[in-house]
Amino acid sequence: MIEHLPILQVIIPLLAAPICLILREAQLVRWFTFIASVLAFSVSILLLQQVQAHGTLSYSLGGWDAPIGIEYRIDLLNAYLLILVTSISSVALFAAGPSLRNELSERKETYFYVAYLLCLTGLLGILATGDAFNVFVFLEISSLASYTMIAMGRDRRALWASYQYLIMGTIGATFILIGIGLMYMMTGTLNMYDLAERLPEVQQTKTVFTAFAFFVVGVCLKLALFPLHLWLPNAYAYAPSIATVFLAATATKVAIYVLLRFIFSVYGFEFSFSHLPLQEILVALGLMGVFAASIVAIYQTNVKRLFAYSSVAQIGYMILGLGVGSKTGLTATLLHLFNHALMKGAIFLALAGLVYRVGSVHLRAFSGLGKQMPWTMAAIVVGGLSLIGVPLTVGFVSKWYLVLALLESNWWPIAVLVLMGSLLAVIYVWRIVEVAYFRKAMQDTAPYKEAPLMILIPTWILVLANIYFGIDTGFTVGLSEQISEILFKGAK
Amino acid sequence: MIEQSVLMQLIIILPLLAIPGIILFSKWPNLREAVTLIAGALLLIAVIVFYQNFDAGQAAYVHWIELLPGLNISFRAEPLGVLFSLVAGSLWVVTSIYAIGYMRGHGEVNQTRFYACFAVAISAVMGLAFADNLFTLFIFYEVLTLSTYPLVTHAGSDKAKQGGRTYLSILLATSIGFLLLAIVGTWWQAGTLTFTQGGVFDDSTSTVAASVLLVLFIFGIGKAAIMPFHRWLPAAMVAPTPVSALLHAVAVVKAGVFTVLKVCVYIFGIDLLRDIPATQWLLYLAAASVLLASLVAMRQDNLKKRLAYSTVSQLGYITIGALLASQAGILGGALHIVAHAFGKITLFFCAGAIMVAAHKTEISDMRGLGKAMPITMIAFFIGSLSIIGLPPAGGVWSKWYLLMGTLDTHQWVVMIVLMISSLLNIAYLLPIPLRAFFPGAGPQGKDFRENNKIIRLERAQIKEAPWPSLVALSLTALMTMVLFFWPHVFYELAASLAGLSGGING
Repeated sequence: MIEHLPILQVIIPLLAAPICLILREAQLVRWFTFIASVLAFSVSILLLQQVQAHGTLSYSLGGWDAPIGIEYRIDLLNAYLLILVTSISSVALFAAGPSLRNELSERKETYFYVAYLLCLTGLLGILATGDAFNVFVFLEISSLASYTMIAMGRDRRALWASYQYLIMGTIGATFILIGIGLMYMMTGTLNMYDLAERLPEVQQTKTVFTAFAFFVVGVCLKLALFPLHLWLPNAYAYAPSIATVFLAATATKVAIYVLLRFIFSVYGFEFSFSHLPLQEILVALGLMGVFAASIVAIYQTNVKRLFAYSSVAQIGYMILGLGVGSKTGLTATLLHLFNHALMKGAIFLALAGLVYRVGSVHLRAFSGLGKQMPWTMAAIVVGGLSLIGVPLTVGFVSKWYLVLALLESNWWPIAVLVLMGSLLAVIYVWRIVEVAYFRKAMQDTAPYKEAPLMILIPTWILVLANIYFGIDTGFTVGLSEQISEILFKGAK
Repeated sequence: MIEQSVLMQLIIILPLLAIPGIILFSKWPNLREAVTLIAGALLLIAVIVFYQNFDAGQAAYVHWIELLPGLNISFRAEPLGVLFSLVAGSLWVVTSIYAIGYMRGHGEVNQTRFYACFAVAISAVMGLAFADNLFTLFIFYEVLTLSTYPLVTHAGSDKAKQGGRTYLSILLATSIGFLLLAIVGTWWQAGTLTFTQGGVFDDSTSTVAASVLLVLFIFGIGKAAIMPFHRWLPAAMVAPTPVSALLHAVAVVKAGVFTVLKVCVYIFGIDLLRDIPATQWLLYLAAASVLLASLVAMRQDNLKKRLAYSTVSQLGYITIGALLASQAGILGGALHIVAHAFGKITLFFCAGAIMVAAHKTEISDMRGLGKAMPITMIAFFIGSLSIIGLPPAGGVWSKWYLLMGTLDTHQWVVMIVLMISSLLNIAYLLPIPLRAFFPGAGPQGKDFRENNKIIRLERAQIKEAPWPSLVALSLTALMTMVLFFWPHVFYELAASLAGLSGGING
């Protein structure tokens, strides 16, 4: 059993999906999906323990050895992210019942859960696999499933948002495929670690440069790096609330993982950063993303879109940390992967509760909610404070490391810009606070009740996690520093 | 007897412990206020006992948690921190007494939220006072900003919202944009954030880097209201007067200058301060701030606004004391924290009393008020004396040492600024009580618009302030005089701080 954990991580949600189709009844399907997600979470915890005890785990699919067979390879980096994805998935599913019942018609609910499980499969597969083409396969599985989920949103624009994401996502995936294809052509292998061994001989060829370029651009589109982020705001805004919670907290993080994996473990840090101007590009685009997205967020009246743009800005921070090219910078990125998932998970879950009661996410609808839905608004305030980077929240921890990394590399003007970006976050968070707490409730409707407990409890689990991991940073900081150390050491 | 380290933690946590009680009894105002008063009284006893058992050689030290590798939330007692805790701890209970009279006399709503946020703010002040390192201090500094926002915007009106925006944006912009950068920069350069005698920097830090860090610190500590980052203070006057009194005369602003003193003495160290070029320029900036704020104060007709600009000016005194980089300067600065706290809180208490009892906010309306509100106006007079620096009020001593500091360091410009500022203080403070008692030819009785009704109040109908408020302001006025005759407690603490800082004797 134990040695099959890597494949179990992916198989559990994969098999659960068609079983949902058989079960049909929405309530039953929901609990079944939740159990599958919790099982996947337990597997991920076991995997982390295994990796910490025995080092990198290697699993050959079907007993066929790498490099011909598909290998699943779990080290600290993917174990860390596996825990993140499965935990957020489970928390989101706990709240899914009332939210989805409100936003989707009953027949669609079952299909949503099927798509959710397939998306989870895809994301977990990307994280667990050690084979480049397998990454593409799972990437497509998760993308197609997420297009489906987004299209099920209540708003009519959901279909358009999904279509936009489909087009752009497919372009991204095609670029990734071209990149992988070119890599295969030059080295004859698809296994990531075999690639790492064979690439140095052919590194200086134009083909490999091209492969790297296609691959990186494709992944950057998937992770919504500015200016390839255009699909994200609409996709997050118009998708069903639970889909937004899940995607906002996980999908882009997994894409960043793919970038990290290929830069450090396949191509090597030397090649990626010195032979190509990747560092300058990442830093520039990261910074531009922070500012452009934050400024656009300030003017949004749809609060979900506001936080979607906020996500683009936060992704800019993560890429900035990577672009610094130092151990501290990479630690900052890894920390922010985890911390941002907690922040946005909490905020979007609170918004799910709000949508359930109020029915709208327009800023006007927030008037007077501070009094009517105190717990939900308090959750949004704490999430907002975390985004700003107030001490005792997780946002502060990532920010500290990022600023420290920039100062250590003598890039203090960029440190100043990063802190200015935080101030922009104050503006868009405080807009919401002012409307919720200072404006009187709209007169024409009956006062709204607080969000249902099924949504409120998972929201506050994530909010408290925000504060807990902001104070007891041993787990996140410890693992991030370890992983950063390993990635830099293993880099050729 | 309780051990010092336990007592120190108790002092920090005590106000927070009052909060459940406050919220529980929100439907029974008298019980709710009793909780606050009991907590305030206990805190007063605690800080006094802590002071009496304070021994600088064996200071209490507590470590809570290592938040990030090498960055701890920990606390250590030292003279300035004990001084600050005494000031804030004693004034919380007094302000609570005042607030009861004010909030009820003014018919304020949301009083539960008020008292609860107050408790959080005081707890943050105590945490800040005893912080062992810059990291802990920063955490409580930010908590203080956020916990006082609901207090500033208490009224919930558009004006309150606007004032809150100015308040929050300036304080957060300075703390995130400059202070955090300065702290990370210090961590990177010095490898430690712990407050250490003689400073944390060694020779590996260039004077350029140290200068940049000093500038970032001074601008980053927005709560010290150094121009041009002072506008939050007049904007915060939109808050109910008890908030203005305790927080913006005592807790928040003193947290700012306290941080300035701690940074100058324990992070940079007096010797380094004298070596870096930035100190001189910042000194001139502080002096300019003192002068300009006094000039603006003279032009304000709204009493609270005038007092706010006066506070900006007086905070400049303390920053000057810190930047003079001499023992006398440090001594004067630390003493001024105490003198200004008691003096200014008296003035604000009187302003609030006048607002509640006579419904007057503009100074031009306050002629002849002395007949109706004699106690309030006498207290105002005494408070003014302290700010001006005249006997028999405590402000004399701090001004004395600050002037000595300028003489020691040959900072003639600063000395002249301090003297001119005292004259300006006379000009914008004394007329108020004097005209209240000797109105000369002035209108008797005026119209007043309140809550969309026009109420005509004849002078004869104005009574003195509500008695809790009267008790409070009389107490603080008395304290300013006590500080003149018996300054030993605070003098010893301040001298201990100055002695620890090294530098030239004065």
